[in-house]
Amino acid sequence: MKKIDKERVLLAIAAPLLAIAVSFLVTALVLLVTGKQPFDAFSIMFDYGFKSDSQVYILDKGTTYYIAGLAVAVGFRMNLFNIGVDGQYRMGAFFAAAVGGAVSLPNFLQIPLIIVVAMLVGGMWAGIAGLLKTKRGVSEVIATIMLNAIATNVIAYFLQPGRLGHLDKAQTQVSTTPLPSSGYLFNFDMGELNGEIYGFIVIAVLLGIAYWFVLGRTRFGFDLRAVGLSESAAEASGVSVKRMVLTSMLISGALAGLVGMPTLLNDAHKFGTEFPAGVGFVGISVALLGRNNPIGVALAALLWAFLERTSTQLDFEDFDKEIVGVMQGVIVLSVVIAYEVVRRYGLRRQQQKVGEELAAQAKNKQEVAA
Amino acid sequence: MELRGITKRFPGVVANHDIDITVRRGTVHALIGENGAGKSTLMKILYGMQKPDEGTITVDGEQVAFHNPGDAIARGIGMVHQHFMLADNLTVLENVVLGSEKLHGIGGRARAKIMEISDAYGLGVRPDALVEDLGVADRQRVEILKVLFRGARTLILDEPTAVLVPQEVDALFDNLRGLKAEGLTVIFISHKLGEVLSVADEITVIRRGTTVGSADPKHTTTKQLAELMVGSELPSPETRESTVTDEPMLVIEGLHLAEFDLEGIERIVLDRISFTIHKGEVLGIAGVEGNGQAELVEAIMGMLPPDAGDLSLDGADITHAPTRKRREDGIGYIPEDRHRHGLLLEAPLWENRILGHVTERPNSKGVLLDPAAARRDTERIVREYDVRTPGIEVTAASLSGGNQQKLIVGREMSHLPKLLIASHPTRGVDVGAQAQIWDQIREARREGLAVLLISADLDELIGLSDTLRVMYRGRLVADADPATITPEELGSAMTGAASGHLEHGENAGGEDR
Amino acid sequence: MTATMTKTPPPAAPKAPGGKRRLTLPMIMLIIAGALALVSVVRIITGQDQLTAEGQISAALGLAVPIGLAGLAGLWSERAGVVNIGLEGMMILGTFFGAWAGWQSSPWIGVLTGILGGMAGGLVHAFATVTFGVDHIVSGVAINILALGTTQYLAKLWFNSGEAAAKGGNPKQSPPVDSLPSITVPGLSDWLHDIEGHGWFFVSDIAGILGGLVTDLSVLTLLAAVLFVGSFFILWKTSFGLRLRSCGENPVAAESLGVNVYLYKYIAVIVSGGLAGLAGAFLAMVPTHIYLEGQTGGRGYIGLAAMIFGNWRVGGLATGAGLFGYSDALQLRNGGPTVHALLLLLVVLLAALGAWKLWKKAFVQGAIAVGVAALVLVWYVLTDEVPDEFVGSTPYVVTLLVLSLSAQRLRMPKADGMRYRKGQGK
Repeated sequence: MKKIDKERVLLAIAAPLLAIAVSFLVTALVLLVTGKQPFDAFSIMFDYGFKSDSQVYILDKGTTYYIAGLAVAVGFRMNLFNIGVDGQYRMGAFFAAAVGGAVSLPNFLQIPLIIVVAMLVGGMWAGIAGLLKTKRGVSEVIATIMLNAIATNVIAYFLQPGRLGHLDKAQTQVSTTPLPSSGYLFNFDMGELNGEIYGFIVIAVLLGIAYWFVLGRTRFGFDLRAVGLSESAAEASGVSVKRMVLTSMLISGALAGLVGMPTLLNDAHKFGTEFPAGVGFVGISVALLGRNNPIGVALAALLWAFLERTSTQLDFEDFDKEIVGVMQGVIVLSVVIAYEVVRRYGLRRQQQKVGEELAAQAKNKQEVAA
Repeated sequence: MELRGITKRFPGVVANHDIDITVRRGTVHALIGENGAGKSTLMKILYGMQKPDEGTITVDGEQVAFHNPGDAIARGIGMVHQHFMLADNLTVLENVVLGSEKLHGIGGRARAKIMEISDAYGLGVRPDALVEDLGVADRQRVEILKVLFRGARTLILDEPTAVLVPQEVDALFDNLRGLKAEGLTVIFISHKLGEVLSVADEITVIRRGTTVGSADPKHTTTKQLAELMVGSELPSPETRESTVTDEPMLVIEGLHLAEFDLEGIERIVLDRISFTIHKGEVLGIAGVEGNGQAELVEAIMGMLPPDAGDLSLDGADITHAPTRKRREDGIGYIPEDRHRHGLLLEAPLWENRILGHVTERPNSKGVLLDPAAARRDTERIVREYDVRTPGIEVTAASLSGGNQQKLIVGREMSHLPKLLIASHPTRGVDVGAQAQIWDQIREARREGLAVLLISADLDELIGLSDTLRVMYRGRLVADADPATITPEELGSAMTGAASGHLEHGENAGGEDR
Repeated sequence: MTATMTKTPPPAAPKAPGGKRRLTLPMIMLIIAGALALVSVVRIITGQDQLTAEGQISAALGLAVPIGLAGLAGLWSERAGVVNIGLEGMMILGTFFGAWAGWQSSPWIGVLTGILGGMAGGLVHAFATVTFGVDHIVSGVAINILALGTTQYLAKLWFNSGEAAAKGGNPKQSPPVDSLPSITVPGLSDWLHDIEGHGWFFVSDIAGILGGLVTDLSVLTLLAAVLFVGSFFILWKTSFGLRLRSCGENPVAAESLGVNVYLYKYIAVIVSGGLAGLAGAFLAMVPTHIYLEGQTGGRGYIGLAAMIFGNWRVGGLATGAGLFGYSDALQLRNGGPTVHALLLLLVVLLAALGAWKLWKKAFVQGAIAVGVAALVLVWYVLTDEVPDEFVGSTPYVVTLLVLSLSAQRLRMPKADGMRYRKGQGK
């Protein structure tokens, strides 16, 4: 039995490593073809990426990406594709910022209020897609993508002077009312040159633990995973599949709402036009790479942040930073293929082993009987 | 046609080894063996869907090698599968011409050819009907027509009678005799010994993946065949003493369900059904698939809400209780399709043990799962129910059908159900496991368990049941005494030709059981 | 979209005989006439002549084409059993490579290159899903991510320097491409324009619609129409099409009859990619003349919605694409006031739906429909126009509405989305 486990662990790591290797290869080829030196690019990336201020940046960005990955992963475990994390987190962050800027409560009330609003709005936005799926059978893929676009428009409408937005002092950028200082979350100061690690990282870690615990150790988590493995079997076992679909969309959306919190509470303290966008798709990539496993997703999030950080340096050194976008795309594509290959191999190996062990058992019985 | 030394290995199991068969032209040749003996694999090899690892196939004196079904079709071999290979959303015509459009085109000429074959062999097929609308026997005839359309001279039928009522079986065998009269060869796989004896010219027996002998139907009895097939007598599902009490366990009153299909036409699926099962009683329901049995089971389980009707379990009303509550209250469920409703194939055995009973001990304590306790209990089930597996961490998909079913039976019985719903409990299960499952049901029944048994295996139904009912078009149309009734008499009620209380007639004829 | 395994289901008990109520031609004509009359009434009430103006219809057609082609791409793929969410990415490849080749040589070469670019995306998707059995949606999402990253990189590389930059290129857009020819039927166009100008009930609307169809019609639109008709013919009237569809209905059965399922799936997905590439090339060359980052704007997904709305059939898909194109054009051209008029149309439709549901005794659904209709009516009355930002989301909202209202009577290819492995026959 232990033998199979070790093999399984090896198989689990093999796929992402393979994917990353392939991606480096493809990137190197692309760079060569366009007349650049791949080794130079890679060495710049590694040098810059491991500097201490880079490390702080990576942890900060990684926090955001990790939460996004968890949000998507919850859906994936249920065989639901919540592509709408992007719209959900922006809606959540926007309205949370607006509410946070409008009131001024003591620290221990202000921050939870902001967080709760973000989760509620994000959850609601995902809930629309969930309702459409359970009540009308609309594919959640299309529904969430449409809702992403609609979210952009809704935010554009409200983020204007006179509605929920304000011009800043330089009269150039619009944002929500900045949070009062009671809405600032603590940071870990790593020194003048390095920057600060977001305090929200603590909550992110707690979320990861909660994800593992709820899915693996509670009855609800079992039901959720059962629906993801086989809807029909889960239904026969007593789970209300429709209710579960709605619930997981709500949870996924609530988690998505939290994606904007590190930036809001630890950094920008307001929601403006320069609030990070596209994090939802990073969440999808990261969840795929991390195979919906809380530690895998964390590693994947850090990798993504690393790639992003080094891309800015590449730009300075006359490489096009978009090459990192290509790298990321190749990683995602190759990792899903690699996981599939590994999965099939693993299943075949298991069937083989089962066959062998049963044959051995049968022979033992014969020998004993003889 | 000759097969010599055919061997086929899959990872972990040898499906066939050293198979030797000779089939003479213009005969009906039967291949018998229990579930899991390797018959289907052999047929797939003959049809080109699998390649043998060793051995030769000779057709009409010429050695051949098939790389895909196309090669076999070119050689005049056609296969009628056990699980029909028909696309529901396409018409009969489209299904028949698929893959062989060059033969007669896909329009008028093909249609004419289909009608020609249909008339010649009495198949009664309508080319423009949507396959979805056809009944089981009709679909089988379409499969046969598919094969004849391609000019097959040798037909392979894989368990053709598994889904037919006795009367339809007779009709099929008439068709087969007609084919034989035209000089065609029929190879026919079955595990129903009585039927095989009535229509085959020669019989070959397969056991544990290899041929163990052949027999001449004119001089063999089912008992001898059974011995060749399993090395001993076939287990009998018969039960001796009655354990029926008069305390009702499940009471169904006026269960009614109507469905509207895509065109808005109303179809009555369950027609005001009422019955009672008492403690210690096995109620068997016979019926052709598609007459409402599956919906009845789902309604009792709470998976399909009926339009009207009351259900009560052990005195308590469960009409509006959700599925989970019904299971917690004591309904055990052995589903018809274990892969879809009974197991999480990619999950380990111990998680499958939890499935369906996640709120009960030992699987969970409060809101939290108790994996350690679940694992321990899974090991107990594996021991007590003889589930052949190297361990409980393997996925359910790695187990054979019989072992999967034993796990499910063990799981359900472990929660001491008051009512057990067993839907085709031994379908696709090898003989050994079948006997074990029957024993489990008999023993539980002695302890006061009420059982609702649905099966297409009439011997199983007649043998295990205390009370027998027939379901047709959503209604319970007949009842019978299992001690005296024969499968033919049941069969006529199953096709709607008889109803009411079925009396065993004098003309039933001798039956080998 | 969850993929569930299905086995051949047990056959239904024989049904009571009843005719199949397929939509016959007279019924379709009646529905179209009714819809037209309704729109005409709304136009007169709201005074929004733009609703059926020739320019509007022309623009609607122009925007319907990429959506329709994307939907057609989805149809080819799903009829063979492969879900293609990567359409958006393949469209992006089409816009990019189309503009890239187009600005350097002729627009026709651009169209060809755009198609090839889309096909490349299709090939990758087929490779991942058919050969490796990756979940179809996961593969599609991965392709979208990769396509975006790749085009961003290549745009920076190729459009940001040298001659390209001189002609107006930058990392977000390409230099302009020459136009493709367009057709106007001279006499007819003017005459229809006249009739439209009179503003008569119903007649002017028809004139407007017909006028839009014969004025300034791009050749690519004609090509698209040919492809639509061709697809129907190929898929439903030839043996190639039969085999392809069988792969989407029951691949195991098809394999047992000697159909090379892998081959047909590959072909279908590559064709699908090519069509998506064409849709992208169209976007880059007809409404605009450049590649612009973000140009596709979700139209790949709207195309999929049109396909679902059309019940995976070509005719329905075309109708759906027309519908979405219309709403897309409405918001692009006029914004606020015209979309505002659409609200009134929505009220009428919802009220009618509600009344029908109530008559069919579906009380809850009917009440909801009527309730929502009332709310929209209130909104309509209280405002003069829909704010600009919301106008932009019209096509997305319309998509959601259409999908939620039509999702029930649908029948997708039975093996759509299922992973298929050779030798799967039990």
